[in-house]
Amino acid sequence: MPFIPHTEQEITQMLATIGVDSTEDLFDEIPAHLRAPELKAIPKGMTEMEISRLMHKRADENTKAICFLGAGAYQHHIPAAVWEITTRGEFYSAYTPYQAEASQGTLQLTYEFQSMITALTAMDVSNASMYDGASSLAEAILMAVRANRKSKSRKILIPTSVNPVYRKTADTIVKGQQIDLVEVPYDHATGTVTLEQIKQQGEGDITAVVLQQPNFFGCLEAVDEITDWAHENNILVIAVINPLLATVLNPPGQWGAVGADIACGDGQPLGAPMSAGGPYYGLLCCKQALVRQMPGRIVGRTVDLDGKEGFVLTLQAREQHIRRSKATSNICTNQGLVVTASTIHMAIMGAHGLENTAAACFANNNMLVEKLTAISGVKKAFAGMHFHETVLQIEADAAQVLRDLMDRDILGGFDLSLDYPELGNAILVCTTEMRSDADIDAYATAMQDVLTSALVSDEVSATPEAV
Amino acid sequence: MLIFEHSSKGRKGAPQSPVEKASISVIPKILLRKDSAALPEVSELQAVRHYTRLSQKNFSIDTEFYPLGSCTMKYNPRACNTLAMLPGFLNAHPLTPDEQNQGFLACMYDLQSMLCEATGMAAFSLAPMAGAQGEFSGVAMIDAYHKSRGEHERKEILIPDAAHGTNPATAVMCGFKVREIPTLANGDVDIDALKQCVGPQTAGLMLTNPSTLGVFERNIEAIAKVIHDAGGLLYYDGANLNAILGKIRPGDMGFDVIHSNLHKTFSTPHGGGGPGSGAVGVAERLIPFLPLPTVTQENDSYRYLTAKDCPQSIGRLSAFMGNPGVLLRAFIYMRFLGREGMVRVAEFATLNANYMMAEAKRRGFTLAIDHRRASHEFIITLKNEARDYHVSAMDFAKRLLDLGYHAPTTYFPLLVPECLLIEPTESEAKEALDGFMDALEQILREAEVNPELLHAAPQTLPVKRLDEVRAAKQLDLKYTSSS
Repeated sequence: MPFIPHTEQEITQMLATIGVDSTEDLFDEIPAHLRAPELKAIPKGMTEMEISRLMHKRADENTKAICFLGAGAYQHHIPAAVWEITTRGEFYSAYTPYQAEASQGTLQLTYEFQSMITALTAMDVSNASMYDGASSLAEAILMAVRANRKSKSRKILIPTSVNPVYRKTADTIVKGQQIDLVEVPYDHATGTVTLEQIKQQGEGDITAVVLQQPNFFGCLEAVDEITDWAHENNILVIAVINPLLATVLNPPGQWGAVGADIACGDGQPLGAPMSAGGPYYGLLCCKQALVRQMPGRIVGRTVDLDGKEGFVLTLQAREQHIRRSKATSNICTNQGLVVTASTIHMAIMGAHGLENTAAACFANNNMLVEKLTAISGVKKAFAGMHFHETVLQIEADAAQVLRDLMDRDILGGFDLSLDYPELGNAILVCTTEMRSDADIDAYATAMQDVLTSALVSDEVSATPEAV
Repeated sequence: MLIFEHSSKGRKGAPQSPVEKASISVIPKILLRKDSAALPEVSELQAVRHYTRLSQKNFSIDTEFYPLGSCTMKYNPRACNTLAMLPGFLNAHPLTPDEQNQGFLACMYDLQSMLCEATGMAAFSLAPMAGAQGEFSGVAMIDAYHKSRGEHERKEILIPDAAHGTNPATAVMCGFKVREIPTLANGDVDIDALKQCVGPQTAGLMLTNPSTLGVFERNIEAIAKVIHDAGGLLYYDGANLNAILGKIRPGDMGFDVIHSNLHKTFSTPHGGGGPGSGAVGVAERLIPFLPLPTVTQENDSYRYLTAKDCPQSIGRLSAFMGNPGVLLRAFIYMRFLGREGMVRVAEFATLNANYMMAEAKRRGFTLAIDHRRASHEFIITLKNEARDYHVSAMDFAKRLLDLGYHAPTTYFPLLVPECLLIEPTESEAKEALDGFMDALEQILREAEVNPELLHAAPQTLPVKRLDEVRAAKQLDLKYTSSS
């Protein structure tokens, strides 16, 4: 029996101790007419060898194309040691560290994680993680509403240059609580939001403003100016960041004169494989004054009976298992194992390694954009400064171009037409440190090829004689 | 010692990043960071050794019996990890076109189908990333359903007082008022009290069955009728699904929406606190409201359903598709077990719990609920020991750690004073159960003659009992170089 160790003899002994004849008797409190039928739609059990064959086959069905997709998930190098250690059984198969003395490994690691994330973001406090970047933004918004006691409006300004799927997720999670998410349009020339546009939407009482840096288009927002304006008007600033890029970009804790109030984002670029969308983790940081409004688990350093250093879950009075309906959030489980990987990743890479990685992403993206925009029919959509993602406009059907690139083993980018129809045929391309010069050349060659054939086929279909 | 304390300025030992830093000088200075982040500067070996040693300071399923009630700490098969981490899965970008992602989508579709069959629900979404998010989706769907029928006055969620804290926290997050329903001494919901509470304001009832008291709710049909007659919906908290897998299905009990903690019943790792999965299943009438994305099959190929396909959906809960790596592990586990293996899960989880309960009684412990079958877990109350020997459930828990066993859940459910909630799971052998009961009995003897031993426990772990009050009062939440 898979994963059940009992021998016949043991079963007999155990039933005798209980005082029943069969295991079936243990279910006699369940009404007989409600008993489950045979679960026919579930296949019969398999051996490890058989499952291994099935999973290898299915894993091989997924594409091996060169990835120029980003839009919230990024292919970065992860040191081999990271997941080797993370999947040690002592980390992998432990539960939430409620018994602190028997969980010092996870607790200390989480304290180190909080220390590293606050170092990266220049924020005062980090929690032990949320589910992912998008849900973390939702919790940041709820937190801002609780924290900004001067504001009664429950109005949050969100530029449309913030990742659209983050905005959708935030909407799902906060809409039950009468919170008004007010969209602020981005400037079509720069791909960033201007202070003037924010001010236009920001009349009257506003609770918080969300700023993503770099924004969804890969462009760099004028975060200092907007942060200072927000604070002058009693508006909290919620930063959405890519923590890898925060090693070279001005971190949220240093935006403007006093820094963002809350910072969130997805930790995936720091040690989590793309893995079809997860598990990643959401980071969530805040200023010291807001710590009691923070959702999720937080680890603190303390001492034991002998005065020896140790670590515990702390400020639990905020949490659901104590406060029940008055908790800061319903979150319970977070993304502990991915946090473990991420902490080891940051320790091995160091600030130096992460900075070099971020800079290589930037340089590779510039190289790609230069090569692609040299092709007739491809141009940059925005004049603004961008980091490792760029919006390109193409003089051909974007979805078709991406399909044609796919046929040439290039995952060419994210089609923006659904979320940003005003941009026309536009794609978001991304380049990480993983893309070699040869990869970038292969993309440029494929794009040239695709657009040339598109042009030819357009001409063919436009020429009546050819019909 | 913290990793920061192993740091030496200027040490960079790892061949892990591009050696030369590319120029970023074209970016305006004001947008750039002024100083390097104060991360530790250690060699790869130092990091590997440090984190390997930290891991050794944890109790885990792989190293200790871990009978944490309500958490289902069963064996996490290694193959589930290895096969979910095949490069074809790890290197899949979440926005890969569906046609190029068929292997992964096939696994997700099959997982949805198997969960439907195992729970008796009509459809499943794998999007929720943890139990609490599953609850959130379930309650949000209940809300959306009532609103779609114009019943805006249904603003109250009923929750038994034995429920997990996430239930009331979730209902409030979704904009509902919470009304608590009392539980009878025999562990069943007080159905007369329930009848007094329902009305046109009732949106639904959240119920865990078997309950957190470790017993099956025998009046489930009557409860379902009370709720449905009042126009409400019935929510199943799947925390204890392991107890009934293949024996009775939530859908057949009358539940309209459920979440299943795949990190409990379907053995995905707890990971020191996640990532989990709180997949949600629904009856027919709630299908349009399922969270996005879900996977559908059309002509032998699979694709994600989006907002365009499902305009009434409550929406997205994450940037992509929940926690796919966790979902893959659950899929692999379910294929291991197959239909016949699933039934055995409930049988042996229940056998183990009832055996331990009988042993506990024989050895002189007081059961919170006597003369009933245990589900996959049961509760000992130490209120007599607390009175007679001045030892608490926490003292018992800490002393167990000394004896090499992870403690059961303590002080939950809140209804039972000085309680230990014990869940052995099906994957533990009889000798582990006997060893644990011996340890518990030994501690009982110690409490009688030497309660100090319990108060001072643990003595054998990396630290002794920690000062939690100090941790909360003198907040130290991060390392600073001066600290």
